[in-house]
Formats: sequence, C-alpha cells, structure tokens
Amino acid sequence: MTHPLRLHVPEPTLRPGDSPDFSGVPIPKAGSVRRPPVDADPEDIRDLAFTIIRVMARNGQAVGDWAPDIDDDELRTGLRHMMLLREYDARMLMAQRQGKSSFYMQHLGEEAISCGFRRELAEGDMNFPTYRQAGLLIADDYPMLLMMNQVYSNEGDTVHGRQLPVFYSSKDHGFFSISGNLATQYPQAVGWAMASAIKGATNIAAAWIGDGSTAENDFHAGLVFASTYKAPVVLNIVNNQWAISTFQGIARGGSGTFAARGHGFGIPALRVDGNDYLAVRAVARWAAQRARANLGPTLIEYVTYRVAGHSTSDDPSAYRPKEEGSAWPLGDPILRLRDHLIARGAWSEERHTQAEAEIRAEVIATQKEAEAIGTLTSGRLPSPAHMFEDVFEAPTPHLVRQRHEMGV
Amino acid sequence: MPHMTMIEAIRDAHDIAMDRDERVVVFGEDVGFFGGVFRCTAGLQKKYGATRCFDTPISELGIVGTAIGMAANDMRPVVEVQFADYMYPAYDQLVSEAARLRYRSAGEFTCPIVVRMPTGGGIFGAQTHSQSPEALFTHVAGLKTVVPSTPADAKGLLLAAIEDPDPVIFLEPKRIYNGPFDGHHDRPLVGWKKHELGEVPEGHTPVPLGKAALRAEGDDLTIVTYGTMVHVALGVVAGAGLSADVIDLRTLVPLDIDAVVASVKRTGRCLVLHEATLTSGFGAELAAQVQEACFYHLEAPVKRVAGWDTPYPHAGEWDYFPGPERLLRNIEALLEA
Repeated sequence: MTHPLRLHVPEPTLRPGDSPDFSGVPIPKAGSVRRPPVDADPEDIRDLAFTIIRVMARNGQAVGDWAPDIDDDELRTGLRHMMLLREYDARMLMAQRQGKSSFYMQHLGEEAISCGFRRELAEGDMNFPTYRQAGLLIADDYPMLLMMNQVYSNEGDTVHGRQLPVFYSSKDHGFFSISGNLATQYPQAVGWAMASAIKGATNIAAAWIGDGSTAENDFHAGLVFASTYKAPVVLNIVNNQWAISTFQGIARGGSGTFAARGHGFGIPALRVDGNDYLAVRAVARWAAQRARANLGPTLIEYVTYRVAGHSTSDDPSAYRPKEEGSAWPLGDPILRLRDHLIARGAWSEERHTQAEAEIRAEVIATQKEAEAIGTLTSGRLPSPAHMFEDVFEAPTPHLVRQRHEMGV
Repeated sequence: MPHMTMIEAIRDAHDIAMDRDERVVVFGEDVGFFGGVFRCTAGLQKKYGATRCFDTPISELGIVGTAIGMAANDMRPVVEVQFADYMYPAYDQLVSEAARLRYRSAGEFTCPIVVRMPTGGGIFGAQTHSQSPEALFTHVAGLKTVVPSTPADAKGLLLAAIEDPDPVIFLEPKRIYNGPFDGHHDRPLVGWKKHELGEVPEGHTPVPLGKAALRAEGDDLTIVTYGTMVHVALGVVAGAGLSADVIDLRTLVPLDIDAVVASVKRTGRCLVLHEATLTSGFGAELAAQVQEACFYHLEAPVKRVAGWDTPYPHAGEWDYFPGPERLLRNIEALLEA
C-alpha cells in the first residue's frame, strides 16, 4: 500500500493573540540534577542534555550538588554586573530611538549568561561572542565608556566606527571581534583553543552561538574539530527561544534539545537554566575545569528567553504573544539573584533600590561623557582616513591612490 | 496603473507565480509566518499554506542546497537569503552545483531556482549588511544575475526569473525598497507611491532577462549602471543639467551589451558606475567590453566610479558610497578629457 508523502513544517504552539502557556515546558526542581565528576564518561551523563540544571529554588535558597561555592562579595558583584548591563541596554536603546546611533541589540532576560560565564574564565582566555554577550565585557570591568563610544561610532570608538553598534572587540578582555555573520566564530574558537594546546599554553577558549544559528554548517564543523582534537574549549549555545521570528523548533528539528547535538560528536553536554546566575557559574566552572584538565570540550545549552526584540529593527509583536516574556517560567535573572542574596542575608530590598539608583546615575554619567565626544549624528566622528587603514597591515598602492582621490 | 513599493511589487510577483504554477515554493529565514525581515513574502504562507511558503533553519547552504534538490525534482523554488552578505555559506552550492548541474548532466538534470537577496548599502548596515557581491556571481559560468531598479522591473524581472529554466541570482537593492534614492541622504526620501517610476502593471507582466532600459537620453556621455546607482546617476544628470544617456542594465548576465555599445558609439564617452568595490567589480567587465567594441569611437578612456576597495564602514557610510559629489566630479573630468 502506498500513501502520498507530505511535508512536515514545525509551528510554534502560540502566535500573537494567544495566551502564553509554558505549562508544557518541564522545569525540573532546583537541586534535582546530579553533578558528575568532570572526568565523567560522556556516555554516562547523556541525561544531562535533556534536563535543566537549576540551583536557585523559588524561596531563593541555593540547593543541590551544583550550588557553587561563591562568597557574598562576589555574588553582589555579579548582581551589579547584571544590573549594569540592564541599565546600559536601557540607555543605549533609548539613544538609538533618539537617533544617536543606527542600531542596538538588548540582552533583556539573558544577563546572567554572559555576566556569570565571564567570572569563571581566567585572564588570557578568549571568548568568541555573538552580539548578545556584552556581559562578558561588563563582568571583566571593560570601560563602559568604550562600549558607548562603539555604539555611537564616535571618535573614541576603538574600531574607528567601522562596525555596527554592539560589535565590540577587546583582545585584552578576552573578547574576540564580533563578525555579525552568524556562527562563523564557532570553529574559530575551537582553532584558538587548539593553538593553546599546540603551544602548551594554559588558556582556554569559549565559543558562543544562538539556538537558530546552530543550523549553520560552521556549528557542526566546530563540533567535529573540537571532538577530534579534544580542544580546550567551552561550546556555548544560548537558546533564547527565538531567532528573529523563527521559533527554536525550526533549528532544533527532531533532536529534543540543542545540548543533545553534542552526543553525536561524543562531547559531554549540559543543559542549564540560563536565568539562574548560580547555575550558569556552576556549569561554566565545570566545563572550564574539563578544558583546563585536557579533558576536551563541553557543550552547554543555556535555556533562556529573549524578552526584547531581536534588535531595534525587529517587532516581535508580529510573531509571538506579547506577554510571553513575562510568562516565561524561569523568571528574571536579576530578581532571582537579588532574592537569593536576600535569603542568605547578604542583601536587602532597600540596598537593591539604592543600587539601582546608583547604577542609573553611573551609567547616565558615562553616557554624558560618551556623548560629549560624539554620537553617530553629532560631535566628533572618526576621521574618514581610518576607512583605508587596516585593510592590510601596510596600505597597498591602489588604496593609497583611492585615499588621495577622496582627499583625506 | 497602480503604484507599489518595490517590496509590494516583489510580493505581487511571488503571488502571481505561486498562483499560476503550483510548483513554485518559497522559503528562507523568517519568510513564512513573518513574511521576511523586509516583508517581501508577507501573506504568502497564509494564502498558499506552509508547505509552499515556509521558514527554514538558519543555513544558507541548506536553503540553496535543498532548493537545488527540489528543482531537480520538478519544483520551482524561489528562496531568500536574508542579506546578500549572508550568502557565502551557500556559495559552494551555487558555484559548484546550481551553476553546473545542466552542463555536467547534459541537460538530464536542471536547476530552475531563483535565489533572492537584498544587496547594497545606504542603510547604515556596516560590513555585514551592505555588500554588493554581484561580481562574485557574474564571474560564474551558468548563473544569471539580475538587479532591478524600479518596482515594475522588480516584479517583471522576478516573474521572468522564476519562469527561467536556469538558476537566477536576484539582487534587490535594499536602499530603494521604499523609494528611489538619489544619494542625497540628508534629504527626505520620495516614496515609490509618489514617484513616476513607482507604477507597476497589474497581472502577469514578465520583463525579459537580458534587456537594458534607457532611463535618460542625451548626447555627451553614457552612464552605464544598475540598481540603486541608477537613481544616483539620474539625480546628478538632472541636477547638473547634463546631456547623458543613463543605461540601466537590469540584467548583468545575460548582458545587453548592444544597448551599451550603440549609446557609447554615439556619445563617445562612457562612465561605469556601481556601488560594489572597484577592483574586479562588474565595471571592469563593462569597461573591457566597451573598449573592445567602441575603441575608435571613444573620446576618452572609460571611467569607473565605484565603492572604495575597503570593507563597507559603518560611520563612514557616505564617505564610502559613490554618491552624487564623487559621481559629478568624475563626470566633469570625463567630459573635459
């Protein structure tokens, strides 16, 4: 008997106008997932790619094997990083809306991932970030003024206004220049890590990608090289549920989870609550330890939700329910860490409110400083002569000719 | 005739093609439910269903590779690469596969696909949303390359591309999606709806591939261009009161060289204008063909005006873009030569 074939096209369960409902998303209880030794056989921990590692319980307590040993000061610092990033985002978004820059991309709801991860790396390690990991810079105390100068493309921008806003670059802070073409930097992170191993150095690398971009061939090439050479690299996937208008089911296909992609390559894979600062730190620590111990790569899927639009060019109300972000069951990473700090007696509502005001004042002061240099539409912009520099180390005759033709 | 934006005209062409031929399928990143980040496929999924217009994983290689397979199985895929700057992962599929399938199988397997992609700068998109890679396609034997400059042409050429039996690269100058851009970025944009070139014929009105359009007529020089730069050239010619032929190539391969040669033989001066980087750009091919065919009619060497040989910068967008000032300076030099 023969049947006509038919094409399967996955659809998200909810679209604009529907009521958000995440009751079908299984959320394991905090503390319920075991923490295996870092040298565990990948075969023995396959289940960790299908669960969600969580540390902070509803009451703010840190529970279970994964609860990391981090002191109060460091946790308050972590909270401050996330609050700085959120305030920075808010100010830069507003600046874009005011026409002071051409473009912006927020982290709203995803602050714990880049802010937390950075603190588990060491000086000299290298991140290959996407455009939604500015927390890697903030948590490494990169000057916010330089970030703003980049967003404004002003004279103080270290890359001379060449790149789209948020495409930062800082070798000293372990932040590789952002490409903008998706996934391209995944195999590069693996190569950077392989070089560390070839040289006998101690630095590791971290690759970053979004759920949607795991469909690119670069992702798969990165995994096979990392697997083959046991590269000292942490392979991060930030699953924020949406690739512009495309829900994560389109990139995930039938594999169950993004973390499970690691299994085909024999790479141990963890799936973690990306809105749980402590859980992010714990898995990052585990993966970094593996890399430093010559045990090879780890694939980590951070389960989170992109509360804002993809960018300032995007309007998510056209393709998903408006209230989905507030209904997201993993909560707000900042409020969760705040509640944890309060639960352990190291923070209070009053201190939090005060910190918010201080951070706002600090970010606004920095913004004024940046705007005093210039914005895309006012003040001091990079010299046009910069356009012809760095195409090559030394300018070629045809570039010299063109620069003269332009009169700079 | 109704007025349409280029986006509406492209949507209309998809609609007509899908309605006429059920083998036409449309897919790419964000093109299904959302209708594309530039909205060129809006409404198609609702009208024709998710098996004829759908979202894909973010894999340009996958989009073009599966399109080739579908075409080999008698479908007529029209796929979108979100920005031309994102096409590189698909380049192997285009160059080694789509372009040569007919040749290497002696016509047993063919590849009637259309790969649409927004091209060019002028939107502060920096190096990853501004490139004009047309020469990377025209250099490949077996690919046709189209660059419309008006809504009517976008519709008509897209219909012709979809009906063409071979692979067609369809480059949409994103700066003129909503209105013709004359390069004066500090002036308000006149939308297509209020522009004489915004008229679009209704119904099935293909525009044949390989035919240039004469956008202005004059005696002193010939400006050969395509896409956004057509409007920059028209603006400069009108603004400076020049007497020039402005030839809009519309299709780069196949190239309507006869139209170019006829004009240059009459005017004796030729300027080639494109936004893409100068070196090995399509202008080099045009300049070579013009001097081969018109050498004894030329009063001056063929002049090329193009983007500088640098990546497309963000803040320096208008320093990079070969806008009205640079164009006029070069026209004046050519007329004096």
